[in-house]
Amino acid sequence: MIKEELEKNIFQLLKKIAPETEPSELSPTENIREALGIDSYDFLQFIIALDEKLKIEIPEQDYGKITSLNSLTDYLINKPK
Amino acid sequence: MIEFVMPSLGADMADGTLVEWLKKPGDQVKRGDIIATVETQKGLIDIEVFDEGTIEKLMIAEDTKVPVGTLMALINPEKTIEPQKAIPVVAEEPVIQPTEEKAIPPFVTEHIQVKASPLAKKIAAENNIDLSQIMGSGENGAITRKDIEGAIEQGKLVQEKERSSIVAEPIKEQNISNTLRSAVAAAMSRSNREIPHYFLEKKIDLEKALAWMHEKNKVLPVQKRLLPVALLIKAVASSLKQVPELNAIWDTDLQLKTEINIGFVVSLRNGGIIVPAIHAADLKSVDEIMENLNDIIPRARALRLRSSELSDSTVTITSIGDGGADLVYGIIYPPQVAIIGFGSISEQAFAENGLLGVRPMVRVSLAGDHRASDGLSGSRFLVTLNNHLQNPEAL
Repeated sequence: MIKEELEKNIFQLLKKIAPETEPSELSPTENIREALGIDSYDFLQFIIALDEKLKIEIPEQDYGKITSLNSLTDYLINKPK
Repeated sequence: MIEFVMPSLGADMADGTLVEWLKKPGDQVKRGDIIATVETQKGLIDIEVFDEGTIEKLMIAEDTKVPVGTLMALINPEKTIEPQKAIPVVAEEPVIQPTEEKAIPPFVTEHIQVKASPLAKKIAAENNIDLSQIMGSGENGAITRKDIEGAIEQGKLVQEKERSSIVAEPIKEQNISNTLRSAVAAAMSRSNREIPHYFLEKKIDLEKALAWMHEKNKVLPVQKRLLPVALLIKAVASSLKQVPELNAIWDTDLQLKTEINIGFVVSLRNGGIIVPAIHAADLKSVDEIMENLNDIIPRARALRLRSSELSDSTVTITSIGDGGADLVYGIIYPPQVAIIGFGSISEQAFAENGLLGVRPMVRVSLAGDHRASDGLSGSRFLVTLNNHLQNPEAL
């Protein structure tokens, strides 16, 4: 999946979790959770949504690798399915 | 005759507005059935009934503001006959007349003979369309396939309209947010006025607990993954069994509670908090508590809780979550007598047996009501909690 398409999906899922925010305005390197005020419960819902929508399962030990938009898209593109 | 009164949904609630009766005279009810929805400062709440019997009479009209404790309905505990036979009782009219358009639906709808083609009946059944609500355009008013398709279309239109009207009313959400704020303000002011708080704190090493959780999460499907807070809730519930004086309410004197129902503070995205109860947390496994959280947190945020979830808490937990403040000192929610606060989990230097290491630590606070318990009980609780968290597999 190309990066732009992936980002579009990510924005949609984040918007569902934090409807009053504008995920598409995230800068590529800022911390997504801090910027959008997403707590651990909502973050888990985001991981579940990624799994359901993109069929990519992110193990718990990789949570630290997907903190920003850049690192998340890199991770998703490079992760073997 | 059992009197069903408007329940109190917390110390901060004086009244609610009856939005809709979900049961009518003649209906049988059992414990846990939802009898009505009531609009409160904490959203639209499903009101449950706690007795078994047949609804004898509804005393309050929809759209009426009802103070806590007001008689709302009469339930006949002896009647266990079939609903059809109960209908003749057809209770006299409700004391206060419901508004016309919201009048209780007739009981006999299902028995009306409707003429419809077999195909129309089939499509109607598949789409949950009530044939008695449709005007037939066929011979002698018979309902045709076209009528059903029209009704389905209309249903979609109505739904869409409802959806767009929700979007078009941000003011209402603002109102709820304001009323929720006043509810929190009332409860916390009362707490500060009436309850002499004492505060204790303990640092707890979570290395073993988190290692246990990470191992479990490796094999659990992503939808069932655990969060640290599920373990913390379970550990608190187990500890309260050993220090029961903190699982209680204060109402002129200390009244211990046998059920351990943990009120869990959920913060709403637009500000304000709501505290639904996790019932009998001591009897649930960590996985069951997580399942409970997965059900209750989205409903709390959507302000769609059941009355028992708002009124049954016997103690409260507030947890700051990742990356937040190191420690939180809670304010007790009256008439409860304790609140446990968890700061965010973070790596800290930790000394043990003369060695220094780095461990995931959490600072835990306990605020207790000094009328109900003393610091010694509070301290015993925190030590017990630590012991439980050092043996996560036994939780």
